[in-house]
Amino acid sequence: MSTLLEVSGVSVSFDGFRAINNLSFQIGDAELRAVIGPNGAGKTTFMDIVTGKTKPDEGHIIWGSMSRSLIGMSEAKIARAGIGRKFQKPTVFEEQTVQENLLMALRKDRGPLAVLFFKPSKPDLERVAELAEEIGLTDALMRVSGELSHGQKQWLEIGMLLAQEPRLLLVDEPAAGMTPAEREKTTAILVEAAKTRAVVVVEHDMEFVRRLNCKVTVLHEGAVLAEGTLDHVTKNQDVIDVYLGR
Amino acid sequence: MERSFIARNPSVLVFLAILALFTLVVTVFAEGFGVGLISTSFVKTLGKTLCLCLIAVAMDLIWGYAGILSLGHFAFFGLGGYMVGMWLMYERTKQIVESSLSEGILPPTPEEIEAAIGNQIFGVVGSNEFPVIWAFADSFVLQMAFVVLVPGLLALVFGWLAFRSRVTGVYLSILTQAMTLGLSLYLFQNASGLRGNNGLSGLQNLPGVTAPQSVVSLWFFWASALALGVGYLLVAWVVSGKFGSVIRGIRDNEARVRFLGYSVESYKLAVFTLTACIAGIAGALYYPQAGIINPAEVAPIASIYLAVWVAIGGRGRLYGAVIGTAFVSLVSSWFTGGQAPNVNLGFYTIKWVDWWLILLGLSFVLVTLYAPKGMGGLVDLITRKKGSDI
Ligand SMILES: Nc1ncnc2c1ncn2[C@@H]1O[C@H](COP(=O)(O)OP(=O)(O)OP(=O)(O)O)[C@@H](O)[C@H]1O
Ligand SMILES: [Mg+2]
Repeated sequence: MSTLLEVSGVSVSFDGFRAINNLSFQIGDAELRAVIGPNGAGKTTFMDIVTGKTKPDEGHIIWGSMSRSLIGMSEAKIARAGIGRKFQKPTVFEEQTVQENLLMALRKDRGPLAVLFFKPSKPDLERVAELAEEIGLTDALMRVSGELSHGQKQWLEIGMLLAQEPRLLLVDEPAAGMTPAEREKTTAILVEAAKTRAVVVVEHDMEFVRRLNCKVTVLHEGAVLAEGTLDHVTKNQDVIDVYLGR
Repeated sequence: MERSFIARNPSVLVFLAILALFTLVVTVFAEGFGVGLISTSFVKTLGKTLCLCLIAVAMDLIWGYAGILSLGHFAFFGLGGYMVGMWLMYERTKQIVESSLSEGILPPTPEEIEAAIGNQIFGVVGSNEFPVIWAFADSFVLQMAFVVLVPGLLALVFGWLAFRSRVTGVYLSILTQAMTLGLSLYLFQNASGLRGNNGLSGLQNLPGVTAPQSVVSLWFFWASALALGVGYLLVAWVVSGKFGSVIRGIRDNEARVRFLGYSVESYKLAVFTLTACIAGIAGALYYPQAGIINPAEVAPIASIYLAVWVAIGGRGRLYGAVIGTAFVSLVSSWFTGGQAPNVNLGFYTIKWVDWWLILLGLSFVLVTLYAPKGMGGLVDLITRKKGSDI
């Protein structure tokens, strides 16, 4: 399996505080990966760095088969290069309908002129309907997304990510605030998505991570503490000390 | 399947119908061709109001939809006015000069005519030389192009610098105010080449036109109505589709739009520039009806009023901006023009000229706090419709 994203030796400090400390991380083309770690471990900051929101102080981020460096690229460019991101707090455009949200995310020319003259074609609308089906929002297509339940908003955001057709999906705490049934469905969506692309899921809930049934990376104080199967890392004494034992 | 743009937005059709009806009624009652119940000066007031409504539509696009509180759009409005004013003043002065010089024994040379025009126009600022910026003042076509190009170019450069540095929110508002202030201070200088604080005057007179003002005023009224109609339609179309989705997304969560892969800065710049061009056209139609333009028109406060009108009308829907602007600017000129009767309370006399601003400020605060949908929200009560549309 070839490497899709390679992060090596990345560090970033906020006012002298090292949130990410010489972090190295790799993920392959069609891989599902869970990232766990205590609060403040740097999980969100790691995503901020990969997506261009935060500029690292040092280190390299190499992307794709062309081995492009992502450092210094704008958020929009990185997104267009194929990295999609779901935020910790569900962020959909609440005043717009589910369909409008999905149409905006659909993989299309992003330039202002192309967007100005954009008219959704039949395949576009079919694709939107298909995505809505996948995230269980078929009946809600024409609803204003602000009216959706918390779980539905999370799914809509995942749906928007899928619409972007990214090669790497970064998902920050998708199951937070969900009912057990909703969690199960979220798991299914993510596992399905990871069949055709790389997916990184940050999650606190161990039960959820177990169901993802994938390689786990444990972050602590901005660096990788352990990596391997869930059973492997949960037996690791360091992990028990800083994370599980608390 | 997708229905047509008009079918999805019936309010656009309603608005255009009302505008057409209004234009017809005013024409019938005006002095120019009709029964004369509406005075020529009031026709001009109404025509100017339509121009203000047009810039309000632009303001709603940039503020209500894209979430950028620009407090500088009257600078673009004023620039549009200056561009048309230069041509009007030049051509008109040229006619006067030519007819007075032709009374001499020898026919005047082009140089003599040029010098005499320069003297007429720039005498008030102690000069008779034509500044460079007047180089094309004799070309109707070019000056009309400048109406759009000059504000557009200023917006493009200013916006590029501001958005590229990710200046947002209140900082951007302050920056646009600074731009307006800078422009008006520049225009106030005699050396600006635009007659300093005298501004450009006599703009109500169209060169080569002998029709009375009662008729000319209607021409401008019609042109203003047409511009408002076309501008409204254009902006409604812009905000109705995916472009509208993206800019509303930028308003509500800029970062999220970026992570979707949209270059937020390009969108902001496009909207800023487009609205500046619309403002320029509105100004170019406004000042010939006002008859005069001077740097005070570009003062920072004017752009703030614009934001107040749109807020009172209800931002985020175009007809709200139009209703608010028409209502507030008309009422405003009634109160400040001294036509409103003072209220004698015995112990105190309420003079509206003084109290109007306080009343306006108060309504602004009240609307912001208790009726964020503004006057446009009243339409919801009638149609019982929820949510925003165009
Ligand atoms: N922009 C910032 N400025 C200053 N400090 C920051 C900033 N962003 C993150 N931090 C700090 O960096 C550390 C890592 O934060 P981060 O949000 O990445 O943690 P996390 O692993 O996502 O935690 P959680 O599980 O609570 O979401 C925290 O101590 C946080 O306070
Ligand atoms: Mg986090």
